[in-house]
Amino acid sequence: MEKLKYERPSIKQLNAGLMNKFGLKTEYNPVTHIDGAPVKQIIADYGSPVFVMSERQIRKNYQNALRAFKTRYPKVQFAWSYKTNYLSAVCNVFHQEGSWAEVVSGFEYNKALNNGVPGNKIIFNGPDKREEDIRLAIENDSLIHIDHFDELYFLIEICEKLDRKPRVAIRVNMDTGIYPMWDRFGFNYESGQAWNAINKIMSTDRLELVGLHSHIGTFMLSTSAYAVAAAKLCDLAYHFKLKYNQNIQYLDLGGGFPSTNTLKGSFLPGADTVPSIDEFAEAITTTILNYGFRQDELPLLMLETGRAMVDDAGYLLGTVLATKRLSDGRRATIMDFGVNLMFTSFWYDHKISPAQEFSHHTEDMVVYGPLCMNIDVVRESVSLPLLQRGDNVVVHKVGAYNMTQWMQFISMRPNVVMVDMNDKVHLIRRAEKLEDLQMMEVMPEYLEKHEL
Amino acid sequence: MKLRRNIATSESGFVFNPTNGDSFSTNPVGTEILFLLKEGMSFREIKDALVNRYDAEPSVVEKDIDDFALALKGFNLLEYES
Repeated sequence: MEKLKYERPSIKQLNAGLMNKFGLKTEYNPVTHIDGAPVKQIIADYGSPVFVMSERQIRKNYQNALRAFKTRYPKVQFAWSYKTNYLSAVCNVFHQEGSWAEVVSGFEYNKALNNGVPGNKIIFNGPDKREEDIRLAIENDSLIHIDHFDELYFLIEICEKLDRKPRVAIRVNMDTGIYPMWDRFGFNYESGQAWNAINKIMSTDRLELVGLHSHIGTFMLSTSAYAVAAAKLCDLAYHFKLKYNQNIQYLDLGGGFPSTNTLKGSFLPGADTVPSIDEFAEAITTTILNYGFRQDELPLLMLETGRAMVDDAGYLLGTVLATKRLSDGRRATIMDFGVNLMFTSFWYDHKISPAQEFSHHTEDMVVYGPLCMNIDVVRESVSLPLLQRGDNVVVHKVGAYNMTQWMQFISMRPNVVMVDMNDKVHLIRRAEKLEDLQMMEVMPEYLEKHEL
Repeated sequence: MKLRRNIATSESGFVFNPTNGDSFSTNPVGTEILFLLKEGMSFREIKDALVNRYDAEPSVVEKDIDDFALALKGFNLLEYES
Protein backbone atom coordinates (compact mmCIF):
# COMPACT_ATOMS: atom_id res chain seq x y z
CA MET A 1 0.00 0.00 0.00
CA GLU A 2 1.30 3.42 -0.90
CA LYS A 3 2.17 5.49 2.13
CA LEU A 4 0.43 8.79 2.87
CA LYS A 5 2.12 12.17 2.60
CA TYR A 6 3.50 13.12 5.98
CA GLU A 7 3.16 16.46 7.71
CA ARG A 8 4.51 16.93 11.19
CA PRO A 9 1.82 16.99 13.92
CA SER A 10 0.75 20.39 15.14
CA ILE A 11 -1.59 21.78 17.74
CA LYS A 12 -2.60 25.40 17.93
CA GLN A 13 -4.50 27.13 20.69
CA LEU A 14 -7.64 28.91 19.52
CA ASN A 15 -8.01 32.40 20.89
CA ALA A 16 -11.41 34.03 20.87
CA GLY A 17 -10.02 37.49 21.53
CA LEU A 18 -10.37 40.62 19.48
CA MET A 19 -10.28 40.00 15.77
CA ASN A 20 -8.04 42.01 13.52
CA LYS A 21 -10.34 43.22 10.79
CA PHE A 22 -7.29 43.76 8.59
CA GLY A 23 -6.16 40.16 9.25
CA LEU A 24 -3.48 39.28 6.76
CA LYS A 25 -3.42 36.19 4.62
CA THR A 26 -1.11 33.50 5.91
CA GLU A 27 1.60 32.62 3.43
CA TYR A 28 0.98 28.97 2.74
CA ASN A 29 0.71 29.24 -1.03
CA PRO A 30 4.03 28.06 -2.39
CA VAL A 31 6.22 30.28 -4.56
CA THR A 32 7.72 27.73 -6.91
CA HIS A 33 9.14 30.04 -9.60
CA ILE A 34 10.91 33.39 -9.80
CA ASP A 35 9.56 34.75 -13.07
CA GLY A 36 9.78 31.53 -15.09
CA ALA A 37 12.75 29.94 -13.31
CA PRO A 38 11.99 27.07 -10.88
CA VAL A 39 13.09 27.82 -7.31
CA LYS A 40 14.13 24.22 -6.62
CA GLN A 41 16.29 24.15 -9.75
CA ILE A 42 18.01 27.42 -8.83
CA ILE A 43 18.83 26.00 -5.39
CA ALA A 44 20.03 22.72 -6.94
CA ASP A 45 22.32 24.62 -9.34
CA TYR A 46 23.55 27.46 -7.14
CA GLY A 47 23.13 26.24 -3.58
CA SER A 48 21.28 27.64 -0.62
CA PRO A 49 21.00 30.40 0.36
CA VAL A 50 21.08 32.21 -2.96
CA PHE A 51 19.99 35.70 -3.98
CA VAL A 52 17.90 35.97 -7.15
CA MET A 53 17.42 39.20 -9.10
CA SER A 54 14.62 39.53 -11.62
CA GLU A 55 15.73 41.52 -14.67
CA ARG A 56 12.11 41.72 -15.80
CA GLN A 57 11.02 43.38 -12.56
CA ILE A 58 13.92 45.86 -12.60
CA ARG A 59 13.08 46.99 -16.12
CA LYS A 60 9.37 47.14 -15.29
CA ASN A 61 10.04 49.31 -12.22
CA TYR A 62 12.33 51.64 -14.14
CA GLN A 63 9.96 52.04 -17.07
CA ASN A 64 7.05 52.65 -14.72
CA ALA A 65 8.95 55.35 -12.81
CA LEU A 66 10.14 56.99 -16.03
CA ARG A 67 6.60 57.00 -17.40
CA ALA A 68 5.27 58.51 -14.16
CA PHE A 69 7.65 61.47 -14.42
CA LYS A 70 7.98 61.90 -18.18
CA THR A 71 4.25 62.07 -18.76
CA ARG A 72 4.15 64.99 -16.30
CA TYR A 73 7.39 66.87 -16.94
CA PRO A 74 9.37 67.45 -20.16
CA LYS A 75 12.95 66.88 -18.95
CA VAL A 76 13.66 63.94 -16.66
CA GLN A 77 16.84 61.97 -15.98
CA PHE A 78 17.26 59.08 -13.56
CA ALA A 79 20.62 58.18 -12.06
CA TRP A 80 21.05 54.72 -10.59
CA SER A 81 21.87 54.85 -6.88
CA TYR A 82 24.89 52.55 -6.70
CA LYS A 83 24.77 52.09 -2.93
CA THR A 84 21.34 50.46 -3.21
CA ASN A 85 22.70 47.59 -5.26
CA TYR A 86 26.03 47.90 -7.04
CA LEU A 87 26.29 44.46 -8.52
CA SER A 88 27.51 45.33 -11.98
CA ALA A 89 24.87 43.26 -13.79
CA VAL A 90 22.14 45.09 -11.89
CA CYS A 91 23.74 48.48 -12.60
CA ASN A 92 24.01 47.68 -16.29
CA VAL A 93 20.33 46.81 -16.55
CA PHE A 94 19.64 50.35 -15.33
CA HIS A 95 22.29 51.82 -17.63
CA GLN A 96 20.77 49.95 -20.59
CA GLU A 97 17.47 51.57 -19.69
CA GLY A 98 19.13 55.00 -19.84
CA SER A 99 19.94 55.62 -16.21
CA TRP A 100 23.07 57.58 -15.29
CA ALA A 101 25.10 56.63 -12.19
CA GLU A 102 24.85 58.22 -8.75
CA VAL A 103 27.77 57.33 -6.50
CA VAL A 104 28.85 58.27 -2.98
CA SER A 105 32.46 57.08 -2.75
CA GLY A 106 35.61 56.66 -4.76
CA PHE A 107 34.99 52.93 -4.86
CA GLU A 108 31.51 53.40 -6.33
CA TYR A 109 32.82 56.06 -8.71
CA ASN A 110 35.38 53.67 -10.15
CA LYS A 111 32.79 50.91 -10.30
CA ALA A 112 30.59 53.15 -12.44
CA LEU A 113 33.53 53.93 -14.74
CA ASN A 114 34.30 50.21 -14.99
CA ASN A 115 30.68 49.62 -15.94
CA GLY A 116 31.22 51.92 -18.89
CA VAL A 117 29.33 54.95 -17.62
CA PRO A 118 30.76 58.11 -19.24
CA GLY A 119 32.29 60.42 -16.63
CA ASN A 120 29.92 63.25 -17.48
CA LYS A 121 26.98 61.01 -16.62
CA ILE A 122 28.14 60.26 -13.10
CA ILE A 123 26.77 62.23 -10.15
CA PHE A 124 29.25 62.22 -7.29
CA ASN A 125 27.46 62.66 -3.95
CA GLY A 126 28.34 62.09 -0.32
CA PRO A 127 30.44 63.62 2.43
CA ASP A 128 33.56 61.54 1.79
CA LYS A 129 35.32 62.46 -1.44
CA ARG A 130 39.08 61.97 -1.26
CA GLU A 131 41.50 64.15 -3.20
CA GLU A 132 42.22 61.45 -5.76
CA ASP A 133 38.48 60.89 -6.23
CA ILE A 134 37.83 64.59 -6.74
CA ARG A 135 40.69 64.89 -9.22
CA LEU A 136 39.32 61.95 -11.19
CA ALA A 137 35.80 63.41 -11.14
CA ILE A 138 37.12 66.77 -12.39
CA GLU A 139 39.10 65.13 -15.17
CA ASN A 140 36.00 63.15 -16.22
CA ASP A 141 33.69 66.19 -16.15
CA SER A 142 31.42 64.49 -13.60
CA LEU A 143 28.76 66.34 -11.64
CA ILE A 144 30.21 66.97 -8.18
CA HIS A 145 27.60 67.55 -5.50
CA ILE A 146 29.20 69.49 -2.67
CA ASP A 147 28.21 68.39 0.82
CA HIS A 148 29.94 70.84 3.19
CA PHE A 149 32.06 73.98 3.28
CA ASP A 150 35.28 72.05 3.93
CA GLU A 151 34.68 70.19 0.70
CA LEU A 152 33.81 73.40 -1.12
CA TYR A 153 37.07 75.09 -0.11
CA PHE A 154 39.07 71.92 -0.78
CA LEU A 155 37.51 71.66 -4.23
CA ILE A 156 38.40 75.28 -5.02
CA GLU A 157 41.98 74.57 -3.91
CA ILE A 158 42.26 71.53 -6.20
CA CYS A 159 40.75 73.45 -9.12
CA GLU A 160 43.34 76.18 -8.71
CA LYS A 161 46.08 73.56 -8.94
CA LEU A 162 44.52 71.84 -11.94
CA ASP A 163 43.31 75.03 -13.57
CA ARG A 164 39.97 73.38 -14.29
CA LYS A 165 36.40 74.55 -13.77
CA PRO A 166 34.22 71.56 -12.86
CA ARG A 167 30.44 71.42 -12.96
CA VAL A 168 29.07 71.33 -9.43
CA ALA A 169 25.85 71.34 -7.49
CA ILE A 170 25.23 71.87 -3.80
CA ARG A 171 23.26 69.52 -1.65
CA VAL A 172 20.60 71.41 0.27
CA ASN A 173 18.95 70.17 3.46
CA MET A 174 15.70 71.66 4.65
CA ASP A 175 12.66 71.36 6.85
CA THR A 176 10.02 69.57 4.80
CA GLY A 177 7.79 68.82 7.74
CA ILE A 178 9.07 65.31 8.30
CA TYR A 179 11.04 63.80 11.14
CA PRO A 180 13.94 63.21 11.36
CA MET A 181 15.22 66.14 9.31
CA TRP A 182 18.30 65.06 7.44
CA ASP A 183 20.38 68.13 8.19
CA ARG A 184 23.64 66.27 8.45
CA PHE A 185 24.05 66.29 4.67
CA GLY A 186 24.49 69.42 2.65
CA PHE A 187 23.82 73.07 3.37
CA ASN A 188 20.77 74.22 5.27
CA TYR A 189 18.09 76.15 3.43
CA GLU A 190 16.28 77.88 6.30
CA SER A 191 19.40 79.25 7.99
CA GLY A 192 20.68 80.78 4.77
CA GLN A 193 23.67 78.43 4.67
CA ALA A 194 22.72 77.11 1.22
CA TRP A 195 22.52 80.62 -0.17
CA ASN A 196 25.91 81.41 1.37
CA ALA A 197 27.36 78.37 -0.38
CA ILE A 198 25.89 79.54 -3.69
CA ASN A 199 27.38 83.00 -3.20
CA LYS A 200 30.76 81.52 -2.33
CA ILE A 201 30.72 79.39 -5.49
CA MET A 202 29.76 82.41 -7.60
CA SER A 203 32.41 84.57 -5.99
CA THR A 204 35.14 82.25 -7.20
CA ASP A 205 35.77 81.66 -10.85
CA ARG A 206 36.78 78.08 -10.23
CA LEU A 207 33.41 76.30 -10.16
CA GLU A 208 30.39 76.22 -12.45
CA LEU A 209 27.19 75.90 -10.45
CA VAL A 210 24.82 73.85 -12.60
CA GLY A 211 22.53 72.10 -10.14
CA LEU A 212 20.76 72.02 -6.81
CA HIS A 213 20.31 68.76 -4.98
CA SER A 214 18.24 67.56 -2.05
CA HIS A 215 17.61 64.15 -0.55
CA ILE A 216 15.14 64.61 2.25
CA GLY A 217 15.11 61.16 3.80
CA THR A 218 14.58 57.49 3.16
CA PHE A 219 11.46 55.32 2.89
CA MET A 220 9.40 58.51 2.73
CA LEU A 221 5.68 57.94 3.15
CA SER A 222 4.71 61.55 2.54
CA THR A 223 4.49 62.94 -0.99
CA SER A 224 3.89 66.47 0.28
CA ALA A 225 7.40 66.56 1.77
CA TYR A 226 8.76 66.27 -1.78
CA ALA A 227 6.54 69.15 -2.88
CA VAL A 228 8.04 71.27 -0.09
CA ALA A 229 11.57 70.22 -1.09
CA ALA A 230 10.93 70.98 -4.76
CA ALA A 231 9.49 74.39 -3.86
CA LYS A 232 12.55 75.30 -1.78
CA LEU A 233 14.95 74.24 -4.52
CA CYS A 234 12.89 76.23 -7.03
CA ASP A 235 13.11 79.22 -4.70
CA LEU A 236 16.90 79.00 -4.65
CA ALA A 237 17.06 78.56 -8.44
CA TYR A 238 14.71 81.50 -8.97
CA HIS A 239 16.71 83.85 -6.75
CA PHE A 240 19.92 82.60 -8.33
CA LYS A 241 18.54 83.71 -11.69
CA LEU A 242 17.53 87.09 -10.28
CA LYS A 243 20.92 87.76 -8.73
CA TYR A 244 23.31 86.22 -11.25
CA ASN A 245 21.18 86.16 -14.39
CA GLN A 246 22.06 82.51 -14.95
CA ASN A 247 19.87 79.45 -15.00
CA ILE A 248 20.25 76.46 -12.73
CA GLN A 249 20.40 73.61 -15.24
CA TYR A 250 18.98 70.86 -13.08
CA LEU A 251 17.16 70.16 -9.83
CA ASP A 252 18.02 66.80 -8.29
CA LEU A 253 15.32 65.63 -5.89
CA GLY A 254 17.42 62.63 -4.83
CA GLY A 255 15.79 59.42 -3.75
CA GLY A 256 13.92 58.14 -0.73
CA PHE A 257 10.81 56.77 -2.40
CA PRO A 258 9.71 53.67 -0.45
CA SER A 259 9.37 50.13 -1.70
CA THR A 260 6.30 48.09 -0.77
CA ASN A 261 8.08 46.31 2.06
CA THR A 262 6.39 46.43 5.48
CA LEU A 263 8.18 48.47 8.11
CA LYS A 264 8.36 46.89 11.56
CA GLY A 265 5.54 48.16 13.75
CA SER A 266 3.29 49.01 10.78
CA PHE A 267 -0.33 48.12 11.30
CA LEU A 268 -0.93 47.59 7.60
CA PRO A 269 1.34 45.96 5.03
CA GLY A 270 3.56 48.20 2.93
CA ALA A 271 1.62 47.51 -0.25
CA ASP A 272 -1.44 49.16 1.35
CA THR A 273 0.28 52.16 2.88
CA VAL A 274 3.01 53.27 0.50
CA PRO A 275 2.21 56.05 -2.01
CA SER A 276 2.71 55.08 -5.64
CA ILE A 277 5.52 56.50 -7.74
CA ASP A 278 2.85 58.45 -9.67
CA GLU A 279 1.84 60.26 -6.50
CA PHE A 280 5.44 61.31 -5.83
CA ALA A 281 5.82 62.37 -9.47
CA GLU A 282 2.64 64.42 -9.28
CA ALA A 283 3.77 66.26 -6.12
CA ILE A 284 7.23 67.07 -7.48
CA THR A 285 6.43 67.96 -11.07
CA THR A 286 3.35 70.04 -10.24
CA THR A 287 5.41 72.14 -7.83
CA ILE A 288 8.16 72.81 -10.36
CA LEU A 289 5.79 73.45 -13.27
CA ASN A 290 3.72 75.88 -11.21
CA TYR A 291 6.69 77.74 -9.79
CA GLY A 292 6.91 80.23 -12.62
CA PHE A 293 9.93 79.20 -14.69
CA ARG A 294 9.72 80.12 -18.36
CA GLN A 295 8.97 77.05 -20.44
CA ASP A 296 12.36 77.17 -22.16
CA GLU A 297 14.14 77.63 -18.81
CA LEU A 298 12.60 74.70 -16.97
CA PRO A 299 15.40 72.87 -15.18
CA LEU A 300 16.14 69.22 -15.90
CA LEU A 301 14.61 67.07 -13.16
CA MET A 302 17.05 64.47 -11.85
CA LEU A 303 16.08 61.57 -9.61
CA GLU A 304 18.25 59.07 -7.76
CA THR A 305 15.58 56.54 -6.88
CA GLY A 306 17.10 53.31 -5.58
CA ARG A 307 14.97 51.29 -3.20
CA ALA A 308 11.68 51.68 -5.09
CA MET A 309 13.37 50.51 -8.30
CA VAL A 310 15.02 47.33 -7.10
CA ASP A 311 13.66 46.09 -3.78
CA ASP A 312 10.87 43.94 -5.20
CA ALA A 313 13.19 42.60 -7.92
CA GLY A 314 15.30 40.75 -5.35
CA TYR A 315 14.56 37.41 -3.67
CA LEU A 316 16.48 35.30 -1.22
CA LEU A 317 16.02 31.55 -1.48
CA GLY A 318 16.87 29.61 1.63
CA THR A 319 16.48 26.34 3.47
CA VAL A 320 15.20 25.33 6.89
CA LEU A 321 18.07 24.07 9.03
CA ALA A 322 16.00 23.06 12.04
CA THR A 323 12.77 23.59 13.91
CA LYS A 324 12.64 23.66 17.67
CA ARG A 325 10.38 24.60 20.53
CA LEU A 326 11.36 27.47 22.80
CA SER A 327 10.94 27.39 26.57
CA ASP A 328 7.64 29.26 26.38
CA GLY A 329 6.23 26.79 23.86
CA ARG A 330 6.74 28.96 20.78
CA ARG A 331 7.96 27.37 17.59
CA ALA A 332 11.35 28.49 16.36
CA THR A 333 12.56 27.89 12.83
CA ILE A 334 16.24 28.24 12.00
CA MET A 335 17.08 29.21 8.44
CA ASP A 336 20.37 29.06 6.59
CA PHE A 337 20.21 32.85 6.09
CA GLY A 338 20.13 35.53 8.73
CA VAL A 339 20.87 39.17 9.38
CA ASN A 340 24.29 38.66 7.81
CA LEU A 341 22.58 38.49 4.41
CA MET A 342 19.42 40.40 5.23
CA PHE A 343 20.48 43.61 6.87
CA THR A 344 17.04 44.99 6.06
CA SER A 345 15.39 42.49 8.41
CA PHE A 346 16.36 44.93 11.18
CA TRP A 347 13.66 47.32 9.94
CA TYR A 348 11.34 45.29 7.67
CA ASP A 349 8.97 42.41 8.35
CA HIS A 350 10.00 40.59 5.20
CA LYS A 351 7.40 38.38 3.58
CA ILE A 352 8.48 34.72 3.60
CA SER A 353 6.77 32.12 1.43
CA PRO A 354 7.26 28.36 1.34
CA ALA A 355 8.68 26.98 -1.89
CA GLN A 356 6.72 23.72 -1.80
CA GLU A 357 3.14 22.58 -1.18
CA PHE A 358 1.80 22.45 2.37
CA SER A 359 -1.60 21.94 3.91
CA HIS A 360 -3.44 25.00 5.19
CA HIS A 361 -2.29 24.30 8.76
CA THR A 362 0.07 26.96 10.04
CA GLU A 363 2.06 27.81 13.13
CA ASP A 364 3.09 31.09 14.69
CA MET A 365 6.84 31.06 14.87
CA VAL A 366 9.97 33.08 15.32
CA VAL A 367 12.38 32.79 12.40
CA TYR A 368 16.06 32.79 13.30
CA GLY A 369 19.13 32.92 11.13
CA PRO A 370 22.10 30.56 11.41
CA LEU A 371 24.49 32.90 13.19
CA CYS A 372 25.66 32.02 16.66
CA MET A 373 24.44 35.40 17.79
CA ASN A 374 21.29 36.36 19.69
CA ILE A 375 20.34 39.29 17.45
CA ASP A 376 20.07 37.04 14.42
CA VAL A 377 16.27 37.21 14.10
CA VAL A 378 14.69 37.35 10.66
CA ARG A 379 11.05 37.58 11.86
CA GLU A 380 9.98 37.92 15.50
CA SER A 381 6.54 36.49 14.81
CA VAL A 382 5.14 35.09 11.61
CA SER A 383 2.56 32.49 10.72
CA LEU A 384 3.94 29.91 8.33
CA PRO A 385 3.15 26.33 7.29
CA LEU A 386 4.58 23.36 9.18
CA LEU A 387 8.11 23.73 7.89
CA GLN A 388 10.57 20.88 8.32
CA ARG A 389 14.34 20.60 8.05
CA GLY A 390 15.28 20.76 4.38
CA ASP A 391 12.21 22.70 3.22
CA ASN A 392 12.88 25.73 1.04
CA VAL A 393 11.53 29.22 1.45
CA VAL A 394 11.47 32.40 -0.61
CA VAL A 395 12.05 35.77 1.05
CA HIS A 396 10.58 38.65 -0.92
CA LYS A 397 11.71 42.21 -1.64
CA VAL A 398 15.36 41.98 -0.65
CA GLY A 399 16.83 43.68 -3.74
CA ALA A 400 17.72 46.98 -2.05
CA TYR A 401 20.70 47.40 0.27
CA ASN A 402 21.12 43.73 1.22
CA MET A 403 23.68 42.99 -1.49
CA THR A 404 25.69 46.06 -0.47
CA GLN A 405 25.31 46.00 3.31
CA TRP A 406 25.64 42.24 3.77
CA MET A 407 28.17 41.00 6.27
CA GLN A 408 30.84 38.41 5.88
CA PHE A 409 30.38 37.08 9.38
CA ILE A 410 31.03 33.42 10.26
CA SER A 411 30.18 32.25 6.77
CA MET A 412 30.81 33.33 3.21
CA ARG A 413 28.43 35.39 1.11
CA PRO A 414 26.43 33.23 -1.31
CA ASN A 415 25.87 33.18 -5.06
CA VAL A 416 23.73 35.86 -6.66
CA VAL A 417 21.91 35.01 -9.86
CA MET A 418 19.78 36.98 -12.27
CA VAL A 419 16.75 35.64 -14.13
CA ASP A 420 16.80 37.30 -17.54
CA MET A 421 13.89 38.38 -19.75
CA ASN A 422 13.71 34.84 -21.20
CA ASP A 423 13.76 33.19 -17.77
CA LYS A 424 17.32 32.01 -18.19
CA VAL A 425 19.36 32.05 -14.99
CA HIS A 426 22.79 33.75 -14.98
CA LEU A 427 25.34 33.79 -12.19
CA ILE A 428 26.15 37.47 -11.53
CA ARG A 429 28.28 37.09 -8.38
CA ARG A 430 29.86 33.83 -7.34
CA ALA A 431 29.82 32.67 -3.75
CA GLU A 432 32.84 33.69 -1.71
CA LYS A 433 35.39 31.08 -0.72
CA LEU A 434 37.78 30.82 2.19
CA GLU A 435 40.64 31.63 -0.19
CA ASP A 436 39.00 34.93 -1.13
CA LEU A 437 39.34 36.10 2.45
CA GLN A 438 42.66 34.48 3.15
CA MET A 439 44.31 36.22 0.21
CA MET A 440 43.92 39.56 2.01
CA GLU A 441 45.48 38.37 5.26
CA VAL A 442 49.18 38.66 6.03
CA MET A 443 50.83 36.38 8.59
CA PRO A 444 53.87 37.81 10.42
CA GLU A 445 56.67 35.27 10.13
CA TYR A 446 57.04 34.74 13.86
CA LEU A 447 53.40 33.62 14.08
CA GLU A 448 53.59 31.09 11.30
CA LYS A 449 54.31 28.10 13.54
CA HIS A 450 52.96 26.80 16.79
CA GLU A 451 52.93 23.57 18.72
CA LEU A 452 49.77 22.32 20.30
CA MET B 1 2.20 9.90 29.21
CA LYS B 2 -1.51 9.91 28.65
CA LEU B 3 -4.06 12.41 27.49
CA ARG B 4 -6.21 13.76 30.32
CA ARG B 5 -9.41 11.77 30.45
CA ASN B 6 -11.78 14.71 30.14
CA ILE B 7 -10.21 16.18 27.01
CA ALA B 8 -12.71 16.21 24.16
CA THR B 9 -11.45 15.65 20.63
CA SER B 10 -13.20 15.57 17.29
CA GLU B 11 -12.35 13.97 13.96
CA SER B 12 -12.01 17.41 12.41
CA GLY B 13 -9.16 18.27 14.77
CA PHE B 14 -11.01 20.34 17.35
CA VAL B 15 -9.79 19.82 20.92
CA PHE B 16 -11.50 21.13 24.03
CA ASN B 17 -10.34 21.16 27.64
CA PRO B 18 -13.46 21.47 29.85
CA THR B 19 -11.36 22.13 32.96
CA ASN B 20 -10.30 25.59 31.84
CA GLY B 21 -12.25 26.17 28.63
CA ASP B 22 -9.18 26.15 26.37
CA SER B 23 -9.74 25.00 22.82
CA PHE B 24 -7.27 23.95 20.17
CA SER B 25 -7.05 22.76 16.62
CA THR B 26 -4.78 20.06 15.31
CA ASN B 27 -3.73 19.02 11.83
CA PRO B 28 -4.59 15.49 10.60
CA VAL B 29 -1.43 13.84 11.98
CA GLY B 30 -1.93 15.63 15.30
CA THR B 31 -5.56 14.48 15.37
CA GLU B 32 -4.46 10.92 14.71
CA ILE B 33 -1.93 11.00 17.55
CA LEU B 34 -4.58 12.25 19.99
CA PHE B 35 -6.94 9.52 18.82
CA LEU B 36 -4.26 6.84 19.33
CA LEU B 37 -3.40 8.30 22.75
CA LYS B 38 -7.04 7.99 23.70
CA GLU B 39 -6.93 4.38 22.52
CA GLY B 40 -4.27 3.89 25.17
CA MET B 41 -1.23 3.57 22.91
CA SER B 42 2.16 4.68 24.14
CA PHE B 43 4.17 7.26 22.18
CA ARG B 44 6.51 4.53 21.01
CA GLU B 45 3.61 2.49 19.63
CA ILE B 46 2.21 5.62 18.03
CA LYS B 47 5.54 6.25 16.36
CA ASP B 48 5.55 2.76 14.84
CA ALA B 49 1.97 3.20 13.67
CA LEU B 50 2.76 6.49 11.95
CA VAL B 51 5.93 5.16 10.33
CA ASN B 52 3.88 2.30 8.85
CA ARG B 53 1.21 4.65 7.55
CA TYR B 54 3.15 7.69 6.39
CA ASP B 55 6.01 8.33 4.04
CA ALA B 56 8.52 9.58 6.63
CA GLU B 57 11.80 8.56 8.23
CA PRO B 58 11.41 6.99 11.70
CA SER B 59 13.87 9.48 13.18
CA VAL B 60 11.81 12.39 11.85
CA VAL B 61 8.58 10.95 13.22
CA GLU B 62 10.21 10.27 16.59
CA LYS B 63 11.50 13.86 16.82
CA ASP B 64 8.12 15.26 15.81
CA ILE B 65 6.21 13.15 18.33
CA ASP B 66 8.53 14.25 21.13
CA ASP B 67 7.97 17.83 20.11
CA PHE B 68 4.21 17.32 19.89
CA ALA B 69 4.20 15.75 23.37
CA LEU B 70 6.05 18.79 24.69
CA ALA B 71 3.37 21.03 23.19
CA LEU B 72 0.58 18.89 24.74
CA LYS B 73 2.34 19.13 28.08
CA GLY B 74 2.69 22.88 27.72
CA PHE B 75 -1.03 23.18 27.06
CA ASN B 76 -1.87 21.05 30.15
CA LEU B 77 -3.46 18.33 28.08
CA LEU B 78 -1.47 15.42 29.52
CA GLU B 79 -2.03 13.53 32.76
CA TYR B 80 0.30 14.57 35.55
CA GLU B 81 2.98 11.98 36.13
CA SER B 82 4.95 11.89 39.35
